[in-house]
Amino acid sequence: MQTSDTITGPELTRQEILDGPNAPVVVFDEVCLAFDEKVILSGVSFTLLKGHTKIFLGASGAGKSTILKLILGLLKPDQGVIWVNGERVDQMNEREMMDVRADLGMVFQEGALFDSLTVAENVGYKLSEELRWPDEKVDARVREVLGFIGLSDFIDRMPSELSGGQRRRVAIARAMAAKPRILLYDEPTTGLDPITATTVDEEIVKLRDIEGVSSIVVTHQLRDAFFVACHRANRDGGRVQIESADQQKSEEAEFIMLKDGGIIFEGPAGELKRSTDPYLKTFLS
Amino acid sequence: MLTWLVEWLKAALLEVQEYVRLCQAAFVASATRPFYYRDIVQQFEQIGLGSLTVVLLTGFFTGAVLALQSGITLDQFGARPFVGRLISASMIKELGPVLTALMLAGRVGSGIAAELGSMVVADQVNALRALGTDPVRKLVAPRVLAGTFMCPVLTVISDVVGILGGWIIAVFQLRVASSVYWTSVLEGLYPQDPWMGLIKPFFLGFVIVSIGCHVGLRTRGGTQGVGRSTTNAVVAASVAVLVVDFFVTRLLITLMY
Repeated sequence: MQTSDTITGPELTRQEILDGPNAPVVVFDEVCLAFDEKVILSGVSFTLLKGHTKIFLGASGAGKSTILKLILGLLKPDQGVIWVNGERVDQMNEREMMDVRADLGMVFQEGALFDSLTVAENVGYKLSEELRWPDEKVDARVREVLGFIGLSDFIDRMPSELSGGQRRRVAIARAMAAKPRILLYDEPTTGLDPITATTVDEEIVKLRDIEGVSSIVVTHQLRDAFFVACHRANRDGGRVQIESADQQKSEEAEFIMLKDGGIIFEGPAGELKRSTDPYLKTFLS
Repeated sequence: MLTWLVEWLKAALLEVQEYVRLCQAAFVASATRPFYYRDIVQQFEQIGLGSLTVVLLTGFFTGAVLALQSGITLDQFGARPFVGRLISASMIKELGPVLTALMLAGRVGSGIAAELGSMVVADQVNALRALGTDPVRKLVAPRVLAGTFMCPVLTVISDVVGILGGWIIAVFQLRVASSVYWTSVLEGLYPQDPWMGLIKPFFLGFVIVSIGCHVGLRTRGGTQGVGRSTTNAVVAASVAVLVVDFFVTRLLITLMY
């Protein structure tokens, strides 16, 4: 479609690069965005590698959620280039974006579940309405996904009958139902009590380590950000265990701190904690 | 003052441009795959069956009061037996389509704006897009189809019950013979009149739902914005019904009479 704009090397095709380890699945290159006079992003660049996690921190209005909307193509940048799975998305129209979105899942703030649909219909929405899977196949996948996040008993409930944490977990189930390779989380734990927030954090870790999903997490909940960065999920027989991550695994999760439209820090949890930058120290205190 | 006027004009033009773009997208979505059949059926039911009660009541009492009022006026000329002629012409050509459309603007236009507006502020429309669904195909096209095709059906029902309401008043209050009333009802119509009464609601129905969708999808500012959108949709659709009615009537008179 856009052969001149796709990532290709002299030896490897784009698909071979994406299939390989540490492939760049999301790339921002000097992205700028402003709404009227207000600058939201100014020259933002970063790369998300396959199976890794980027955790965006920053004050409210720093542009964290905007980055997720740019990746999904819900917003277009004023300048700069955005690549998702080897496709340049900053110039794509809505129709072209549909193909890219097939491999993306997004968990919105507050869940954004469809009020008129049951939990099962919400989770299976993409499978039945867009991918047109047969009902039995959709039902099987919905049960599998709800089992994964521990909400099998809520399959016939309406979203209004769920607690905040359950809504967020159903939103995660909906985002992962079609098995996307990239998941975007917009404030997944904001407004939740610590115990429920930990449950949501564990789902994020499980999806990353068990399902191999690349993740971008936007949050200002430091406790949850460090939980996701410093834990790993292991399958032990039939059970999934959450345990502390070793240093190598921890470094696969990188923090990005946004301030005044730009990135003022990018690195793993240990480096963030050791930073002497006054703003970072204030933010972390 | 001049700056304010320029800004207002720019905003108005932008609004018109976005409305035209939405209508264009809705046309394309209504005619090309993929279709969301369940949503289309659901909207036909909600807009058509859901509006039946209000349309029946409006039509019936409009016909009845028309008979009461025109009876007094016709008495001045000794023309009471012609009451059916006046009711059929008024209901079928003008009151049926316009009053039905105004009722739909209040019930359906506001409902669509509130529903879509709530979906926008709750990020559900963005969620749809993220899940690979075109909101115009999923949300707008079914409503536009249902509004466009159910408005004429509701108008015919309104016309029928309006004439029935007029008949009850004519027979029991004005003491006009039933056979005289029905003969008069038929004699009062030109052959083109039913067509006029049938064609206009297609335009009016389209205008009501498309304005509701446009206003709903452009909702900003949380729950307060939803309330504002609902009011705007009813006001804009009601005014548009009267304006469109005038121009379509003018056009049809030129073409058919």
